[in-house]
Amino acid sequence: MSAATVLLLAPLTPLAGAVLMWLSRRRPNVREAVTLATAVVLFGLVASLYPEVAAGGRPKTEFGELLPGLVLAFEVEPLGMLFALVSSFLWIVTSLYSIGYMRGNNEAHQTRFYIYFALALAATVGIAFAANLLTLFVFYEALTIATYPLVAHHGTEEARAGGRTYLGILLGTSIGFFLLAVIVTWNVAGTLEFSPGGILAGKAPPWLVGVLLALYVFGIGKAAVMPFHRWLPAAMVAPVPVSALLHAVAVVKAGVFSVVKVVVYVFGLDLLAASPSPEWLVYVAGFTVIAASLIALRQNNLKLLLAYSTVSQLSYVILAAGLLSPLALVGAVLHIGAHALGKITLFFAAGSIYTAAHKTEVSQLDGIGRRMPWTMGAFAIGALSMIGLPPTAGFVSKWYMLLGALQVGNMVAVAIIIVSTLLNAAYFLPIVYAAFFKPEANPPAEPGPAHGRGRVALHGEGGDAPPPIVIALTVTATLTVLLFLFPGAALELAGQLVEKTR
Amino acid sequence: MDVIGHYNYWVSIVLMMAGFYMVIASANLVKKLVGLNVFQTAVFLLYITMSKVSVPDCAIDCGTAPIFKEGFTVYSNPLPSVLILTAIVVSVSTTAVALAIIVRIKEAYGSVEEDEMLRRDGE
Amino acid sequence: MISLHLPALQVVVPLISAPLCVLLRRGFGAWLLATVIAWTAFAISLALLAQVLSDGALSYKMGGWAAPWGIEYRIDRLNAFMLVIVAGIGALVMPCAYHSVAREIAPERQHLFYAAFMLALTGLLGIVITGDVFNLYVFLEITSLASYTLVALGADRRALRASFQYLVLGTIGATFILIGIGLLYMVTGTLNMADLAARIPALQELRPVRAAFAFIVVGAGLKLALFPLHLWLPNAYTYAPSVVSAFLAATATKVGVYVLMRFIFTVFGARFAFEMMPLGEILMVLGLLAVMVGSLVAVFQTNVKRMLAYSSIAQIGYMALGISFASVNGLVAGIVHLFNHAAMKGALFLALACVFYRLGSVELDAMRGLGRRMPLTMATFVAAGMSLVGVPLTVGFISKWYLVVAAIESGLWPVAVIVLVASLLALVYIWRVVEVAYFREPDGDAPEVTEAPAAMLVPTMALAAACIYFGIDTELTVGVATEAALSLLEGGP
Repeated sequence: MSAATVLLLAPLTPLAGAVLMWLSRRRPNVREAVTLATAVVLFGLVASLYPEVAAGGRPKTEFGELLPGLVLAFEVEPLGMLFALVSSFLWIVTSLYSIGYMRGNNEAHQTRFYIYFALALAATVGIAFAANLLTLFVFYEALTIATYPLVAHHGTEEARAGGRTYLGILLGTSIGFFLLAVIVTWNVAGTLEFSPGGILAGKAPPWLVGVLLALYVFGIGKAAVMPFHRWLPAAMVAPVPVSALLHAVAVVKAGVFSVVKVVVYVFGLDLLAASPSPEWLVYVAGFTVIAASLIALRQNNLKLLLAYSTVSQLSYVILAAGLLSPLALVGAVLHIGAHALGKITLFFAAGSIYTAAHKTEVSQLDGIGRRMPWTMGAFAIGALSMIGLPPTAGFVSKWYMLLGALQVGNMVAVAIIIVSTLLNAAYFLPIVYAAFFKPEANPPAEPGPAHGRGRVALHGEGGDAPPPIVIALTVTATLTVLLFLFPGAALELAGQLVEKTR
Repeated sequence: MDVIGHYNYWVSIVLMMAGFYMVIASANLVKKLVGLNVFQTAVFLLYITMSKVSVPDCAIDCGTAPIFKEGFTVYSNPLPSVLILTAIVVSVSTTAVALAIIVRIKEAYGSVEEDEMLRRDGE
Repeated sequence: MISLHLPALQVVVPLISAPLCVLLRRGFGAWLLATVIAWTAFAISLALLAQVLSDGALSYKMGGWAAPWGIEYRIDRLNAFMLVIVAGIGALVMPCAYHSVAREIAPERQHLFYAAFMLALTGLLGIVITGDVFNLYVFLEITSLASYTLVALGADRRALRASFQYLVLGTIGATFILIGIGLLYMVTGTLNMADLAARIPALQELRPVRAAFAFIVVGAGLKLALFPLHLWLPNAYTYAPSVVSAFLAATATKVGVYVLMRFIFTVFGARFAFEMMPLGEILMVLGLLAVMVGSLVAVFQTNVKRMLAYSSIAQIGYMALGISFASVNGLVAGIVHLFNHAAMKGALFLALACVFYRLGSVELDAMRGLGRRMPLTMATFVAAGMSLVGVPLTVGFISKWYLVVAAIESGLWPVAVIVLVASLLALVYIWRVVEVAYFREPDGDAPEVTEAPAAMLVPTMALAAACIYFGIDTELTVGVATEAALSLLEGGP
């Protein structure tokens, strides 16, 4: 199979999977087998592109012309490769996890859930491989729409309100700012092709560069830069697998990925460095990092805490990109992967606690680590990665970001990174401490009515979550550590990105 | 400006405005329709007026009906009259449709007053 | 031989079918005839488009009388495209009509309904095809009279009121156009569009020409429901029988926009309209107001049909806006949106026809949980609704893209922003329906309903599919629109 065929097959695989899931909607076992199989095939396809990209190749294919001069096309470059690899791999893990979670909690509308999940992944892969701004925008919008049914999944008043906020902010920013920026770029540059060194150089006056940068950064609402971060906590009404894969990995990473991609391939680092504008980007991102951490500090709901932590972590990437230093850019790229692995672990753990013990609040977690050692062990690793301590992946990415900030001598950025590290520690460590060292307040009594057949407990009643859940979170926690020990492949891709753009 | 010479145009405009006013101001559907007819008639007059051709050195109006006969050289344009015949047909049809609707309204509402209808629909 | 007379047949075939419908005296027979005729008209329009695309503009002399004296049918790219839109929508609506009409209209009136429908189709096709301004007026009135009747056939008695209101405003609009035509004839002595276009440049300083322009623009504005001349539209669309709403919403206002374009660009010429008269500014302001006000009002409607009616007013604003730029991209936006909006509004109103057929109501509350009970209908509604919002890969995105490009080209950033913000309002009102249909459970006493009959569903889905297909493959629509825009701006038909 040629690389071009693989490129086209990659987003089509989840679509085909979705059709098969719908056909097997009456047989849950088949449906879930299809989900897993689709995820594995997708990862296989994406991974098969890696050798070529790592060797410096840029597989490319066009598949349609929307308007004269505006083509839909895919082209794999290092950043997209990394993003696609992370998303598609974690889909396998999440599928496994979903099976345990959806069955364990007897969720309704499961077929719809799996179908839209697959559609969301198709859109994610499309974003990762997009060769130009138009293709990126098309899949970006598709991702928003495909994830809406997942957010509003429960159909309660709260879920619908969350869905409205989600859709309102994401489509509002993308149509109001992002699309405008894309059209202005088209008008000014005459092309929307991503190309190393940017397409705006020499074509846009400095003031327009500033305006466009603002339109892009705020228009890509998925990056959750304040004040357009509200959709992320709102999306937490969704079932946990959705929060885990989409709102810790696919959707939010699509946001920061797009920002980094625009900064690198549309503006070009040199153009931005030459214009006075990017300073504010560092400040806005820095503000988001600190403010979101402070809000997270005050959350009692575990998922909301994780959501605000995500908002904060996403802005690290934006901040690192805004520093315009090659080392910081390496950090940004690594952080996309590192945060993905760490945060999905944390969400898996939160879902595991909910499934096994029906607890959602931070204050209820006292002593739970003794009952659920696997879950809370993974949680601890995820938390360390968020703080940026060894031996976890978060350390590597933060290290490069700090080096980058020092390289360009931006002391504000250095201070922001250090302060936020302390804040991260302040809200994650107490949870870990309480889970393992505090006595349990209310030992489990009778199993609740919602306990379904999935709750074949690992360690008897009151024990850890169902096996698929435990397996999934163990895998991601292990990877978080492995990425610390062997960051080679990710560094290789990030290095390529930096090299090609300078 | 030749005010008297445009006598027909003035009449046409007055009729037009009168008709328009009736359409807007009266709440009775039949009166509205009458207004609409007056309004359309004013336009017919406008067309007929402009078909009349006069030459400057003529005593009053020299354009005659388009008859092919010795001694007549300046004719009125017959085309506007033809056009307006069509427009009259349209106008009559409109009136017929409108009257039919009014009859149905009377059946359905028991009234042809606009405010009364609004009241009965509870709006 | 026949291919030579296609322009005449395009109008004459549906015209003759109307009295035949009356003579048939049976709902089913009339429906069958009307359906066959509508598809024939569609086939003719496609053949004409093919001819025009390959050979350039056609000229047909009605009855063999030479052009300035006899009536000329003149078909260039713009009106060939319009013919396809109008006839195509007519052809797609007819299969739906059978079930829908059977439910909404008394048996003894059904054959009359089809007769009126055919007359409306005749009139719309006539307006588009003719190259003679007085002939245009006559066809305009044929359509209008037929539409008044069609609206009045609505089941609710408020349909009668709506119809009368429509009649009064419609007649005033048509009469304004008549006055404008009279004034033009007064100074030029011709009714042929090409002739007028040749003579007006020399006369454009004259006051009657300017007055004629004003009368025609206002008259056309009434017909196409340009804000603030839109008052007749919401009631007419809300209370008309479902298929009539679909047909009128998709075609009648579009033809109004076409008339406006034809007069502005072909008859008066862009220079006169935009440089000597302040048309650009007027259309831009009114268009923007229409877009904002129409969308905002739509957000607060609880009757979905009425909501779509207000949305139509907003969408017409987009077209007016496109014209107001008087640039190639602006006109392309306007013309493409004629087609795109016809497809999406047609699909949306037909989906509502399906809903009404089963539920007997199109109130938002009644549609709770409908996504599960009528999945195909609601999926169609969502697809067409997405188009209305302008989501990428749907036709709405294409229109929006050109409109924003045109605005930015002219340096009008605020206009670009307003266009985009208004599309968010479209999202809000479409989403209200989506939320109710998919994420609310029906009331306990809600009637058990199933999917609409295939005869209604297939055309509806075909239109929704067109919304997506032409959002991806834009070669035909954008290609034709670009060439039409170029020839309009050059002046001359």
